[in-house]
Order: sequence, then structure tokens, then C-alpha cells
Amino acid sequence: MLVYEKNSLSEEIELLIERFGKDRVALLPILQIIEKRHNYISEFAQQEVARLLDIHPVEVYSVVSFYNFLHRYPQGKNIVRLCKTISCDMAGKQEIEKALKRELGINFDETTRDKKWTLEYTSCLGMCDQGPAMLVNDKIYTKLDPETAVKILNDTK
Amino acid sequence: MPDTIKRAPISQQPFKVEKPLDLNAIGGMISIQINEKKVSVPLGTTILEACRDNHIHIPTLCHHPDLCIAGVCRVCVVEVDGMRTLQASCSFPITASIKIKTSSELVRKARRNIIDLLLSEHHGECYACVKNKNCELQTLSKEYGVDNMRFGHVKEPVYEVDFSSTSLVRDMNKCVLCRRCIRTCIDLQEVGVLEAINRGDKTQISTFYDKPLQDVICINCGQCLNRCPTGALYSNDPSDEIWRAIDDPQKHVVIQTAPSPRAAIGEEFGYAPGHSFTPELNTALKRIGFDRVFDTNFTADLTILEEGTELLTRLKKAIVDKDTTVKLPQFTSCSPGWIKFIEHFYPEHLDYLSTAKSPQQMFGAIIKTFYAQEQGIDPKDIVSVSLMPCSAKKFECNRPEMDASGFRDVDYGLTTRELAKMIREAGIFLPELPKSGFDEPFGEASGAGLIFGATGGVMEAALRTVYELVTGREVPFENLRIEACRGFEGIKEASVKLENVLPAYSFLEGVNFKFMVAHGTANAKQVMELLREGKLSDVHFVEIMACPGGCLGGGGQPIPTSEEIRKQRAKAIYAEEEGLPIRKSHENPHVKYIYEKFIPEGPCSELSHKLLHTHYKKRGRYII
Ligand code: SF4
Ligand code: SF4
Ligand code: SF4
Ligand code: FES
Ligand code: FES
Repeated sequence: MLVYEKNSLSEEIELLIERFGKDRVALLPILQIIEKRHNYISEFAQQEVARLLDIHPVEVYSVVSFYNFLHRYPQGKNIVRLCKTISCDMAGKQEIEKALKRELGINFDETTRDKKWTLEYTSCLGMCDQGPAMLVNDKIYTKLDPETAVKILNDTK
Repeated sequence: MPDTIKRAPISQQPFKVEKPLDLNAIGGMISIQINEKKVSVPLGTTILEACRDNHIHIPTLCHHPDLCIAGVCRVCVVEVDGMRTLQASCSFPITASIKIKTSSELVRKARRNIIDLLLSEHHGECYACVKNKNCELQTLSKEYGVDNMRFGHVKEPVYEVDFSSTSLVRDMNKCVLCRRCIRTCIDLQEVGVLEAINRGDKTQISTFYDKPLQDVICINCGQCLNRCPTGALYSNDPSDEIWRAIDDPQKHVVIQTAPSPRAAIGEEFGYAPGHSFTPELNTALKRIGFDRVFDTNFTADLTILEEGTELLTRLKKAIVDKDTTVKLPQFTSCSPGWIKFIEHFYPEHLDYLSTAKSPQQMFGAIIKTFYAQEQGIDPKDIVSVSLMPCSAKKFECNRPEMDASGFRDVDYGLTTRELAKMIREAGIFLPELPKSGFDEPFGEASGAGLIFGATGGVMEAALRTVYELVTGREVPFENLRIEACRGFEGIKEASVKLENVLPAYSFLEGVNFKFMVAHGTANAKQVMELLREGKLSDVHFVEIMACPGGCLGGGGQPIPTSEEIRKQRAKAIYAEEEGLPIRKSHENPHVKYIYEKFIPEGPCSELSHKLLHTHYKKRGRYII
């Protein structure tokens, strides 16, 4: 990371601390915002958050690694999360899985080279009666078949 | 138990009930029934404590007397009447008159299941493990009659073993996720190397971004491995190399032994804590084949003279020359864990540290220069080993600048546990050996050097010398016992008034000499915060030891450890000290001799700076 990038990231985190308070309970909201803005929380960002909240970097790392919606490595601009839990699995998750992989040319837990797409699994989305289900960024899609899944990808910018 | 829970938000803190101050008041004591026995305990006592007080054994794994309650392993479960599920006794404070069953069928089966489950994720072969016969997991398995691997067993190691650190080895294949290491490193030491990462069945204990230990900020104190119940964390053992050197007739192998190992090594041979085995240890080392056995206390005495002189110089500069660049208070520099801590977390305050090397490194420099000259031995043939209670000493002797003699000043740092292993390998039962003394030419050391092993010891030793240098009189305490320096309080603070001083030190007349002693880097952090806030301006000298209890609680000492055990070791050290003929560093004849013969310009002169002083590195807190 370049020096000026680091400085602007530090400033950004300082502002977040001002907003949420210098306390451990501010950790999650701060991490969520960083994730949203940068698509991931970098090593440096985690250390800065730790320093400013007066906790240890490894504690921040522990939290980031705990939550699936927080990332420690850069992700694509769009994240596709396919439900892997049993109802969706029985409703034909595998087909969707194949279609997504073929369309994007990557495996799960990978990001396309143009950094546009990341594929992930997720646990139950609460749409078990309408499986297979997937989440594209914040939006949920249900009753998928391979064609609609691919269309959804194409319609997402 | 330290109040270490502060870091967690209230919602996450374990349920704890303060014990009432007045136990005789109504509600102060609660009567409960454990199995068939009726007993009465103070409100807020945990079930585990209540059972232990009544000699009822309950197995534990994640519980440790030095650490906060975690309640994560569940092997301590008991049945509580009226409760639907089994309860973890270590984290259940008694607030009502309950009935407890500690070994019903339900409890026994649950415990066995839990242990079987722990083993199903554990990869290790006991006979090839450092913790063999001193492993809490092994003991539990035996206690609960594990005779098969009901839930399977890991056949191949899953994680790569991390050998990157000079001091520690991490083998996560053996980890049972009890999180003692985490609580140690964060709560006791405030370093924060380890945490649980990922979630559910993918949970593992790891470092920041899973980096190797040498790349993260670890101060090598070894406190985590002293509290790990299994063989997942252990120290980097150089004994094979040392055996090789001993077996090589070309090599002249010398060993220096620090004060703390001798007060604890008996524990490795089945003795209760609190026995010193100094003379027996000397014999054992000679039998193993070390060519010379020296006493690190000798250079501890030297340290006192160097560090004391440095302090007086600083005081003079500050008071007489009104030099505002002089940094006071002066901090001690004997503890390599503390040095690395301050280099990382307070790099802007390094000038407060005394530049004197630790006793280990002073001895290293002297052995390969003065000693080699006197004995006519080529320093390149000398292999210099140091027996230390400490895993950070392994890091210290490998620091690149520690080559004042032109060679590695100290080649290997060996811990108490590792030496005990060598002694056993040599077929020796230490406690039954005849006694013998240390070898010349450094055969004698003072008691002041010996008490370096306990927290406050360096301060006590320094006061005995500095006070006498300045006033010409002994310190005004009965039998030279400076009680203000002793004991296990986290941070101690006291002062002595300097009166009727010698003419050379007239600038100190009437000065209230104030000192502080802290042990465990969490306490050191508090002291440093005071310094940062400018609240130490009236303090002159601060002693810091990285390990709780000082060196005697070091990361290389026998396992287990607890405050009680550390107290016993301290007792052994202070008792041995009072029996010594010389108890002040400056009265050590060998120290006088070495200044006369070798460093005629005296302490803090040019040569002494070259050999006996060092410099520090601004490391900073960023992990790259
Ligand atoms: S950690 Fe304990 S149970 Fe595991 S292999 Fe070592 S001695 Fe055996
Ligand atoms: S050696 Fe000390 S600093 Fe390093 S991980 Fe263990 S407790 Fe933490
Ligand atoms: S490394 Fe040891 S102390 Fe740490 S969690 Fe694993 S078993 Fe427990
Ligand atoms: S199983 Fe897929 S949404 Fe519940
Ligand atoms: S010892 Fe009680 S839960 Fe681990």
C-alpha cells in the first residue's frame, strides 16, 4: 500500500472512531463501514482500528475472520452468495452452482480477474421454501434455475 | 486472580458474584449440598472452588488459577438439582442453596464424551511429545479411562508446525482450544499475539493474518507455553546441539546458571516447590560434561555496579548540570521480554532504559574475552551456554548486536525444563547428588545477585549498593531485607531518604530516592502510561520484569505455575540468600578483581561500554 493511501485510510478510520466512540463495542460498526467502502478490510486497516481502539490487531483479525460478511482479502465488486444449506441443496443447488461457475469462469471462494465478481457459499438465507436461493450483494433471489441465475448476473452491473 | 476482564464489554463478561466483605452477615454464607455432604460457603464461591475446598476433585482444562474464567472446555461439568442441563462448575457462582452431584452417571458420561471429543481432534503421539507425563489432556484421559477413540482420531497432522521463533514452537495439531494462551498473552502480558480465528469447527488459535511467530509482535516471554495444558506450545530446545558440543573434545563448553532455575528444578524431579538445589545442580552439570560451571549471579553483581553507576551519573547530570536531556527515571534492562515489549510499544521511550546488558549477555562477553585470555583458550573453541528460567533469553542471545567479543557472546540459551531433560538423559537423579561449588575464576557471587530471580530483586540489590556508595552506610533495613521490594503486588512503590551523604555525592543530600517495581508486561504497560502522562517525574529508578513473579515465573520454568508455586520459589531464593557470606554486589571480590585487571577505568568506562552495555532498536507496533 502506498503511503498516501495509508494516510487517507488512517484519517478515514479516525473519523469513524470519532463517530462511534473509542470503545470496543464500536468495533463491528466500524468494520462494517470499512468493508462496505473498500470491499474488504486490509491488514493495515485492521491494525489502525486496533491502535485507535486500544486493542490488539489479532483481536480485530479474530472478529473479521469470525463473520462471513467481513473479508480480510480484496473481493470483487459484486459478491454472489449461494445458499449451501440442506433445503436449497435438495432443491437443485448443484445446477446453479455449475451455471455460476461456468458463467464467471471461477470456483467458489474466488474472484474474477477483472475484480468484478466473487463467488461464495452461505448458510441458510431463510428462504428454504423457495430454494434454491442466492444473494447478490444485498439482494435476494429465489426459486432459481440455471438460466435465471445467469441472467441475474448479466443484469447486475 | 487479576481483574483482567475489563477489556470485554459487560455483556460478554462471565457471570461473577463478588464475595461479601462480612461473611457473618445474613446471606454471607450459603449452605449447599455436594453429593451427600452439607457444607457452607461464602456467597459467590464457584462450585469448583467449593468442591476443591472440600477435597472433592473436579477435572478442569480451560481453568487456570492465574487467568480469568473462560468456561469453554466443559470438562468440569456437574449436575445441579433443578437445572435442565449440566453446569460448568468453574464458572458457576453459588448464590442459592443448591444441591450438586459431582460424579453421577450423567456427569461421568458427559465428561467422558467431552474428553473423547477433544481427542478426536487432537493429533499427537504421547511418547514423542514434550509434555509426555506432564500433560493435562493425557491425565484427563487416564482419569476417565479413555480406552478407545470412539469419535475417531486424527491420523495425519493438519497444521504445519511453526518453528520460526527463536524461543517458541507452535504445534496447533495438539491444541484443544482451551484459550489459556490467549488469556495469558492478552490479559497477563498485554502483548496480544494469539486469538481464536474463524468459527465453529474451523476455529483455531492463530496469530494476526496467520503469520509465523517471528513476524508478529511476540516478546518471547513464554508465559503462554507455561500455561498451555498440552504440548501445543513449547520452547525451542537446543539440547541436541549442546550435547554435540559436549561430545566434541575440541570444544570448551561453559555454562552459566541463573538464580531462578536452581530454585525450581527440584519440581522436575518430584519435589514440592520451594527447594533450592544449587550445589547438587553444580555437580550434575559437571557430570553431564560441562567444562566449567559459572554463576550468573556474578554478572548480576556486575550489572548492579554498571547500572548503579549509570543511575548516579544520570542523577548528577540532572541535578548538578541541570541537563534536561537526561531521562529519569531509569528503567532496568535485564529482562529481554521487557526490552522487546518497550521496543515495540514505546519506542519513543527507549532512552529511559539503562544501557547495561543483562547479566546473561555480560557474562557471555566476559567469557569469550577476559576468561579466554586468562585461561589461554581460543575464544572460537568456547561454546557458551546459559541456563535460564526464560525463553526470551534465547531471543536475546541471538540478537545481532550481541557479539561484543567478536563471536556470539552466548551460543545457547537453555531453559530449566530442557536442562532437567538433559539431566535425566544422563541418568542422574539430581536431588541425591553430592554437593559442589561453582568454578573459579568467578566462583563467588553475592546474595544480591541471587535475588535477581524474584520480582523486586534487582531493585533491592541496586539499593543495597547505591545507598552504600552514596552514604557510606548500609541500607537502614534489618538484615538488609528491603521488604518494600518484596512480594507479588503488580506495581510496588516506595522511597528511601538519602541523608548525611558522602561529600562526592553532596548533590543527593536530602533527596527522597523513589523507586517502583513492576512485573508482568500488563503492569509494565500501566507504568509506561504513567510515564507518558508525566506522572513519574519524582521517581528515580524503575525495575520491570516481563514475567509475573519475575524470573522465577519465567517461560522456561517447570510447569505448572501458579501464584502459590511462585511464592514458594521466591521463599527458597530469599532463604538461600540470607545464608550467603556476601550479600552486596560491590563486596564481591571477583567483581573487584575484574575491574582491577580487566576494566581498570571502572564501571561505565569506554571498555565497559563496549563489552557490558548495549543499544536498543525502535521496532514499533506495526506488523508487516
Ligand atoms: S499433548 Fe498430551 S495428549 Fe497430546 S501427544 Fe502430547 S502428551 Fe499426549
Ligand atoms: S511468548 Fe509471551 S508474547 Fe509471545 S505469544 Fe506467548 S505470552 Fe504472548
Ligand atoms: S495452544 Fe495450548 S493453551 Fe492455547 S488454546 Fe491450544 S491447548 Fe489451549
Ligand atoms: S436452505 Fe437455502 S435458504 Fe434455507
Ligand atoms: S474448566 Fe470449566 S469449562 Fe473448562
